[in-house]
Amino acid sequence: MASKLPRPVIPTLVAILLVGGWEWYVRSGRVSEVLFPAPSHVLRWFWDSLLSGELLSATWVTMRRLVIGFAIGAALGVPLGALCARVRWVRDTLGVLALGLQTLPSVCWVPLALLWFGIREEAVLFVVVMGTLWAVVLAVQESVLNVPPLYLRAAQTMGSKSWHLWSRVIFPAALPGVLSGMKQGWAFAWRSLMAAEIFVVIVTGFGLGSLLNAGRELLRMDQVMGVMAVVMLVGLLADLVFFAPFERWLRRSRGLER
Amino acid sequence: MGLRSEPTAASAALTLRHVTKRFDGASGQVTALEDITLEVREGEFLAIVGPSGCGKSTLLSLLAGLEHTNEGTINLGDQPVEAPGRDRLVMFQQDALFPWLNVLENVLFGLRLKPDLTEAERIESARYYLNLVGLGDKERARPHELSGGMRQRVALARSLAPNPRVLLMDEPFSALDALTREQLYGDLQGIFTKRKKTIVLVTHNIREAVCLGDRVVLFSPNPGKVQQVFDIGLPRPRRLNDPALASLAAEVTEALTSHPAK
Repeated sequence: MASKLPRPVIPTLVAILLVGGWEWYVRSGRVSEVLFPAPSHVLRWFWDSLLSGELLSATWVTMRRLVIGFAIGAALGVPLGALCARVRWVRDTLGVLALGLQTLPSVCWVPLALLWFGIREEAVLFVVVMGTLWAVVLAVQESVLNVPPLYLRAAQTMGSKSWHLWSRVIFPAALPGVLSGMKQGWAFAWRSLMAAEIFVVIVTGFGLGSLLNAGRELLRMDQVMGVMAVVMLVGLLADLVFFAPFERWLRRSRGLER
Repeated sequence: MGLRSEPTAASAALTLRHVTKRFDGASGQVTALEDITLEVREGEFLAIVGPSGCGKSTLLSLLAGLEHTNEGTINLGDQPVEAPGRDRLVMFQQDALFPWLNVLENVLFGLRLKPDLTEAERIESARYYLNLVGLGDKERARPHELSGGMRQRVALARSLAPNPRVLLMDEPFSALDALTREQLYGDLQGIFTKRKKTIVLVTHNIREAVCLGDRVVLFSPNPGKVQQVFDIGLPRPRRLNDPALASLAAEVTEALTSHPAK
């Protein structure tokens, strides 16, 4: 019987049931609306802050920080990772350091970043870069080291060396690994940015994290939940629009997936 | 576009003199090859055959310049072999095609490293060799869309296209099924007769060696040494199940098994 229904039917029904149940539960007065707002409250907040422009400007501020921080982290991480793979002593020093720093949640950098850069844009960017960089370095190092030696031998006998070998063989061969490293770096950057924005109010821009924190201070849980939903949505969209198509193309063109 | 014929005089393309190669193994030094003296003539198809561990693949790496001798010299013509070079292209056991390039781009890879060609000449040459291996209609395909035999054909085209002086083949057929392999023997012999290429083939398959080689060099293991050289005078194209070929192969097998095992 279930097989005759189109696939989206059941998830939609479940979603309606869940949201409806939540709405009903809050409205029935069994829980304080202040602590646990109903979906309709969250939606109203969403609508109001969309109209006032508050939400869009906060999303813009956050996205800009994320994209710039991620771009810096990736731009530094790719050559550093390649260097780690290529040069033994760099791997033994920087590579090991990267391994250590990657395990450090980058929000731990916030106190230092604030002292070094002040309560300004640079401090947030620094935290985001720290979140991205090490994951990218390690992923690039790993995927370059894992390039099949056969490709290198074949290319070398055909006369490929140094920059040509890097740009035409090593990098394309390592690309799938580099891409998943970027994806991981992106996820880390996103988390570290949220943590940093909630942790400190940066005077140079009011981002989503600050909006969420403001909701807490005003005891507006509809705002907190709304921002949480937006944060999820942005994360999902980044993956769907940005990484997934590229990844699919990469896998398909190499026959890793059909 | 690389259709000029190679000099046909019986001069030596590759000369090996007293070549010794040692590796540092877990239990001390291992001598892979000991005192190999050998000539590969210009335009000759030389097959090197021997049991695993006889150093035949090492020999090919040395000829390719991917590894260096401990003692002795290897010359290509009158130039010493010191590094990999386009004059000695290698076909490997696995096809080693680049999965991020299509068939045509794979064949163009080596051609694009030859500076004195225009792009149009390169593409023309790549297409010529793809047609030669019977894959002219597959130039847009990705390697993963081809069968193992087709991939190895593309690899052959890729190795031939830059017109190397010597083609080195490292057990290129061993991963293929028997039927595909036999087809490729035929193709390769056709190309060899047509293009007059100098080819060194390393294999553990004695019949394959006898089918393809003008001469078959039998190696004995531990350490790798030349045990015996056979002249194969059979006319081409040779067929794998030709009785004359089978009896020659039996002769080589006899020599191989008569060698005291260590």
